[in-house]
Amino acid sequence: MDLSLLTHHEGCRWEIAPRGNMRVPAVIFASEQLISDMDNKVYDQVTNVAMLPGIVKAAYAMPDAHWGYGFPIGGVAAFDPEEGGVVSAGGVGFDISCGVRTLHTGLDLADIEGLKNDLADVLFFRIPAGLGSTGRVHLEHDEMDAMLAGGARWAVSQGYGISEDLLHTEEGGCMPGAVPDSVSDHAKKRQRDEMGTLGSGNHYLEVQRVAEVYDSVASTVFGLHENEIVVSIHCGSRGLGHQIGTEFLKKMAVSAREYGIDLPDRELACAPISSPLGQEYLGAMRAGINCALANRQIITHLTREAFASVLPRAGLRVLYDVSHNTCKEEQHVVDGVSRRLFVHRKGATRALGPGNPLIPEALRAAGQPVLIGGSMGTASYIMTGTAQGMTLSFGSACHGAGRAMSRHQANRRWRGRQIIDDLAQQGIIIRSLSARGVAEEAPGAYKDVTAVVNAADAAGIARKVVKLVPVVCIKG
Amino acid sequence: METRWEHFPHGADIGIRGIGRSKDEAFEQAALAMTQVITDAKRVAVREAVNITCQAPDDEILLVDWLNALVYEMATRHMLFSRFNVHVDDHHLDGTAFGEHIDRQRHQPAVEVKAATYTGLSVGQNPDGLWEAQCVVDV
Repeated sequence: MDLSLLTHHEGCRWEIAPRGNMRVPAVIFASEQLISDMDNKVYDQVTNVAMLPGIVKAAYAMPDAHWGYGFPIGGVAAFDPEEGGVVSAGGVGFDISCGVRTLHTGLDLADIEGLKNDLADVLFFRIPAGLGSTGRVHLEHDEMDAMLAGGARWAVSQGYGISEDLLHTEEGGCMPGAVPDSVSDHAKKRQRDEMGTLGSGNHYLEVQRVAEVYDSVASTVFGLHENEIVVSIHCGSRGLGHQIGTEFLKKMAVSAREYGIDLPDRELACAPISSPLGQEYLGAMRAGINCALANRQIITHLTREAFASVLPRAGLRVLYDVSHNTCKEEQHVVDGVSRRLFVHRKGATRALGPGNPLIPEALRAAGQPVLIGGSMGTASYIMTGTAQGMTLSFGSACHGAGRAMSRHQANRRWRGRQIIDDLAQQGIIIRSLSARGVAEEAPGAYKDVTAVVNAADAAGIARKVVKLVPVVCIKG
Repeated sequence: METRWEHFPHGADIGIRGIGRSKDEAFEQAALAMTQVITDAKRVAVREAVNITCQAPDDEILLVDWLNALVYEMATRHMLFSRFNVHVDDHHLDGTAFGEHIDRQRHQPAVEVKAATYTGLSVGQNPDGLWEAQCVVDV
């Protein structure tokens, strides 16, 4: 991206003043290096978002931003329903409520040395991953609707996990306002055999080691210490979410003109929050959030079963579960006035500051855990939300490394087998059905996740707590 | 070869392009390009046929609808497709997809297509008079 288009503020904050049809400025959080490497499409997309009706304060791009659909991936925008604000299916994306759940294991690295291969085999066997895999849970009609209304709470009631898991899941494991009737039969049919599956692409389950502690106060509150083994699960709402996204994107694109919305890009398809279509989407999207929460809850249960068979003394507890493709109704103070806003986070994580009542009580003093997934074979981070971030970015931060290279290029440059062998040399075990899938997810195809979290930290939107490095990766 | 498929790069995902002597052929080749995102279409035998119809306000949305109908059929029937017959008339599409049940060992699917998108979307004739139909698919 051309730096001359931007005004640099203190820290890692860059601003694009309103021009043309932009209603508000656009703000990008990034280091000079990250922003120089950023695709020009991010500039186009973040400024397009700034043109949407009812947008409040600014359109934001996180340090991991890259070319997405309508919104950049790593995009955040809040809309006010009282000012004609919109809800956008493109602003949430196809994988509704894709997110990360991290589990404590009660084990240290020394406990799993010598058992890593066994653990990898059992996890790969038990957790359905990749295209064509189906789950053990098959849902029809009433059960499907109960899952869509109840989320992880439904999953726990079915015996997948324990009620303590819900305390450490966003929304207590159940997104209110979900309307299963707003989800089409097609979407439900796509989900019938997909509960408890990881999916493919950048989705994974990783066994990780705490490699470095940056903030010992917050890490103590989160219960994390050096060399501890944790498990992170990255997946979303599977076929159901994809189908909801597909259907509402078309409905919103076709009806935008009826609502008097001039779309700068068809993929920014949206409808007024207060309109029947906007309300219908919100009901369906919230059901999609519940589907993702239930999915990660079932996978948690499968992970516990896998650990129990290899390391019976492991005790898997949920640290936190946070989504990064959502639109949520939240109260935010803007220029001293508390307002009810609909905050879109597309490839961006909610990052609430310390003391926020939405954070589980046991973690509240340190701020909300922000779970940052890295690329296969590099590193992941756990950060925490800041008070500053609440005013800088509506309490939002980055979600991962962000791609630096297309799948096309990655597939030409690397061979899956070679990557698996190279990572094995570093003590990282990969299990995947597809060598080409591994090549497309090669660590080198991603931005430097460390640079991304350092920029988020420097910008003040989140603070680094610990670094995690992979031990075993089950690739979706 | 005039009738063919291509992939084109997108930051996070992948673009698919079908090229043919007619709009119908371009739509068929775009579908083949989508299968190639998932696996090598040569590995997918022609055993079953699935009929698909779509209606849309314009040809571009019709292309996205056609590809998303295939995504839906692949997901719910647990199938992959390697041959396509398409007839487009006045933003209405009648199509047939031929393929087989997915076999994870034999097909080695690299990735699942979540959806066809409106990004990089176009349907039209290139300067050589060939039809091109393209968009980015989210994987």
